[in-house]
Amino acid sequence: MTQLAFQIGDCGGLRLEIAGTRAVLRHSGALWLEAERTMVVADLHFEKGSSYAARFGQMLPPYDTRETLDRLERELAALSPATLVFLGDSFHDGAGEDRLPEDDRVRIAALALGRRLVWAVGNHDEDGPRTLPGDVVDEAQLAGLTFRHEPLPGARPGEVAGHLHPAAKVTSGRATVRRRCFVTDGARLVLPAFGAFTGGLNILDPAFAPLFGGPALAAALGPRRVHAVGWKSLRPD
Amino acid sequence: MLAATALPPRFEQWFAARGWAPRPHQLAMVEKGRQGRDALLIAPTGGGKTLAGFLPSLIELSERAPRNTPAGVHTLYISPLKALAVDIERNLATPIREMGLNIVAESRTGDTGEARKQRQRLRPPDILLTTPEQLALFCAWEGAREYFADLSCVIIDEAHAIWPSKRGDLLSLGLARLQRFAPNMRRVGLSATVDDPDLVRRWLGVNLPDPPPLGEVSRSDGGGSETDLQQAPSGPSGHLPQEGRISHSVDLVLGQGGAQPIVEVLVSGGRVPWAGHTAEHAMAEIYEIIKGARTALVFVNTRFQAEFAFQELWKLNDDGLAIALHHGSLAAEQRRKVEAAMARGEIRAVVCTSTLDMGIDWGDVDLVIQLAAPKGASRMVQRIGRANHRLDEPSRAILAPANRFEFLECRAAADAILGGHLDGEPARIGALDVLAQHIMGCACSEPFAPTELYDEVRAAGPYADLSWEDFETVVDFVSTGGYALRTYDKFRRIVPGQDGLWRARNAQAVLAHRMNVGAIVSPAMINVRIGGGKRPMGGRKVGEAEEGFFEAMTPGDTFVFAGQVWRFNSLVGADAFVTPAPDKDPKMPSWGGSKFPLSTYLAGRVRAMMHDEREWPALPPDVQEWLNYQKVRSIIPDQDEMLLETFPHGKRFHLVCYPFEGRLAHTTLAMLLTRRLDRLGVGPLGFVANDYAVAIWSLKPMDQLDLDELFAQDMLGDDLESWLDESFLMKRAFKACALISGLIERRHPGMEKSGRQVTFSTDLIYDVLRRHQPDHLLLRCARADAATGSLDVARLGDMLARIGGGRIRHAPLDHVSPFAVPIMLEIGRERAPGDAAGEMVLAEAEEDLIAEAMA
Repeated sequence: MTQLAFQIGDCGGLRLEIAGTRAVLRHSGALWLEAERTMVVADLHFEKGSSYAARFGQMLPPYDTRETLDRLERELAALSPATLVFLGDSFHDGAGEDRLPEDDRVRIAALALGRRLVWAVGNHDEDGPRTLPGDVVDEAQLAGLTFRHEPLPGARPGEVAGHLHPAAKVTSGRATVRRRCFVTDGARLVLPAFGAFTGGLNILDPAFAPLFGGPALAAALGPRRVHAVGWKSLRPD
Repeated sequence: MLAATALPPRFEQWFAARGWAPRPHQLAMVEKGRQGRDALLIAPTGGGKTLAGFLPSLIELSERAPRNTPAGVHTLYISPLKALAVDIERNLATPIREMGLNIVAESRTGDTGEARKQRQRLRPPDILLTTPEQLALFCAWEGAREYFADLSCVIIDEAHAIWPSKRGDLLSLGLARLQRFAPNMRRVGLSATVDDPDLVRRWLGVNLPDPPPLGEVSRSDGGGSETDLQQAPSGPSGHLPQEGRISHSVDLVLGQGGAQPIVEVLVSGGRVPWAGHTAEHAMAEIYEIIKGARTALVFVNTRFQAEFAFQELWKLNDDGLAIALHHGSLAAEQRRKVEAAMARGEIRAVVCTSTLDMGIDWGDVDLVIQLAAPKGASRMVQRIGRANHRLDEPSRAILAPANRFEFLECRAAADAILGGHLDGEPARIGALDVLAQHIMGCACSEPFAPTELYDEVRAAGPYADLSWEDFETVVDFVSTGGYALRTYDKFRRIVPGQDGLWRARNAQAVLAHRMNVGAIVSPAMINVRIGGGKRPMGGRKVGEAEEGFFEAMTPGDTFVFAGQVWRFNSLVGADAFVTPAPDKDPKMPSWGGSKFPLSTYLAGRVRAMMHDEREWPALPPDVQEWLNYQKVRSIIPDQDEMLLETFPHGKRFHLVCYPFEGRLAHTTLAMLLTRRLDRLGVGPLGFVANDYAVAIWSLKPMDQLDLDELFAQDMLGDDLESWLDESFLMKRAFKACALISGLIERRHPGMEKSGRQVTFSTDLIYDVLRRHQPDHLLLRCARADAATGSLDVARLGDMLARIGGGRIRHAPLDHVSPFAVPIMLEIGRERAPGDAAGEMVLAEAEEDLIAEAMA
């Protein structure tokens, strides 16, 4: 088993190498590749709230898109990336783009000002956005890494994916916390969901088993920093 | 007194054959029935209260002319407990059979089979016995209006237990609905003793701005008003209660009081311990007392205390007495078994929580024991009423205090019971999340006109003062979610038609509503099952426990549950697997303190008793000694003062104050004080609150603070708001409101989404809504609930007003005072898992990782 070397940086991010590429796991849930000035986010699920209203008549607050945009814009202001990669499921459903409130649509379009947007498609948004600026791709290669929505089974060194919405549940003494998290074994990386209305799947779920040969590292998102969590501290739901 | 001839001969003969004479209150209820009056009967348990409620209906039904077409439901009986509805069905069968009456009485609860439900819908029984939740479902039926058109009477049992709750709100809205269907319907309430009957009457009765005489309540035909929702009708200002005007329709009937109960406060072995909540010291004596009784009910305040007392009694049980356990976490079958054995008279004692506060008549209970203080005189009266259902013999009760403050409280409760002083309750304001559910239900049943529904809703007591603006807000919430961003206007759940009437959008919306009816929100429960190993199989279910209970446990931990010690093995989905660990000493998990706060009335009595030295000689020697030491080493405050002590202890500085306002208000006070002390740079480190006192400890001394400033009433303004928004209490309150209002759906057994599907957390919704629309209806509801239910803000406000203007007595000490000892012993037992604590958990996990890497 290889030991993972990591270090907590100034902004509460966790620095480590993914298949030899230097990366920072931000406590926002974004991945930052400084050498390439590239920021990566997964599973925004824009318009998830309105999707429930349209399909089930369930009136969840319609503010999830702007909440997600608030978070995204904060990260963009902090990092000024040249490239912004979306790892798929950017919209909760194919019609989500049409339901966007006008001001939210303007804000999403403005993300492209002065930078390149790359929309990898996911299972929720198979066609990718039709009217928003940026490139729609199945997967992207950059800095020796492969970016796609759904992780492929088996060893895939250099794969960066989303889709699974990883979350870590940690118990210590008398308290329990459950947080969204990154998962990596140093060869591949799964990002947490970035969207405001996205829940998490416990990383002890069998869905994660085919991806990582041995114990992996969970990087749980805290309000001010990322916490590296050992496999032994994890609890099932 | 009315003559016995008020009863028809057949009924008179039946009473005589049983060797009974009808009681005055039973005859009075028959008279109210003949007059068509609404009535509230308040009578102690054992006074033939239920029969009094049903007699008018039985007489009316026995006198009706034969009909060729099937009649609708004549009398609807509603009980807060499913088991009680089923029990009454059995009890009613006897008089109906013995008098040869041609009356069908049937129960219908969530447990009733589909076939029977179908049949009841086609051929309604004359008397239908059911629960508030079923009534809410009836209200959402298509054709409810026709089904209940013949209804002539509704009987609400245990009214005192339902009215001050969201279930009570929902029930009162349901009654208002039924009244529209059946304008001549009579309302009958049955209640145990309450301090302020007018509150229950207002809840039970028809409330109208200008109440027309009964029989003239306008009948809605489903068409009617063309009024647009934007246009306000009569408005609430027209019906503010005027001087001397009765704002409800209900007559009061008082049952004859029973014999004065005999209430003793137990001083076991002549001593009362300093601290503790379990009355462990008194167990041997309590066991002896049980031996001397026929059947005893041993009441405790929490499940933890129940488990503890049950274990202790069995350790002493050399005689092998049948001692049983009954609390809300036990599997239902297990509880039913205990109840059945009780009814057969096979049980000598049951250790129980409030699950046995009301309901089914027990066999031969002749003694009620209360372990630890009862927290309120009214609750104690009801508990005592569980013993001895014969009015002419006194009930016997023994109160066993667990510590010295509790001794004072028990003494106060005993005095209050003998003096007939009960705890007052505040009037109830109907919750808006409940109203949202009701409005959706109405739309599922038939189209409604907003102005008519508004008037109907205000006829329900808790909603008498509802403003048109709030009503409109709730209708908009039901329809579109009530968001400032109007994106959902095209997805409305209820839609207005050309005729001005609102109806449910489609069958999907109706179905979703029916699956989510009710105002009971319980924490998610985990099944406790026997099983071990890596892949445990579904073993026998021992009971249920709240979700949070096992989160804090690690495999291998031992705990007490259902009267046994268990080893916790694993948590898989909704099942916790355990194996018996009889030889192990349990690592006792804390199941929280008393969920009932000390009543205002008892708190006042305790303060008076402490202050008045003339009362001291009547107290046990060690309690006297304790008070005397307090007088010498600190201060005994005046009755209208609050004592506040500051002293160093260990390496910390302590502040202990004694407001006697109950645990909830104290916890809120402690939270707010710590924030203020933090701002003052005192460095507060933690706090603990119980029913009597608050203790805060800090890095720096606190004896130089301006105390009047520190306790200034404005802490309930911005400080409270900013704390609330961050608090997990709000998230919990929000979740309940979101479920009741239909914003999110309840999870039903078998419908849980499997495997990969992620659950939608209300915390996410709360966070987003709070940032983007802080004045949203559901946040208002959640704030109101948190302020009353979890924080007791009103009581804290009264307390701050009471001690304002220099009525804080400060005792700067250099040591712990006798009064402070009990709460100082509690320090360190509890810790609030805040944000910082969560970070600590993760930090520890990181150390764990480093250890893992070094291994």
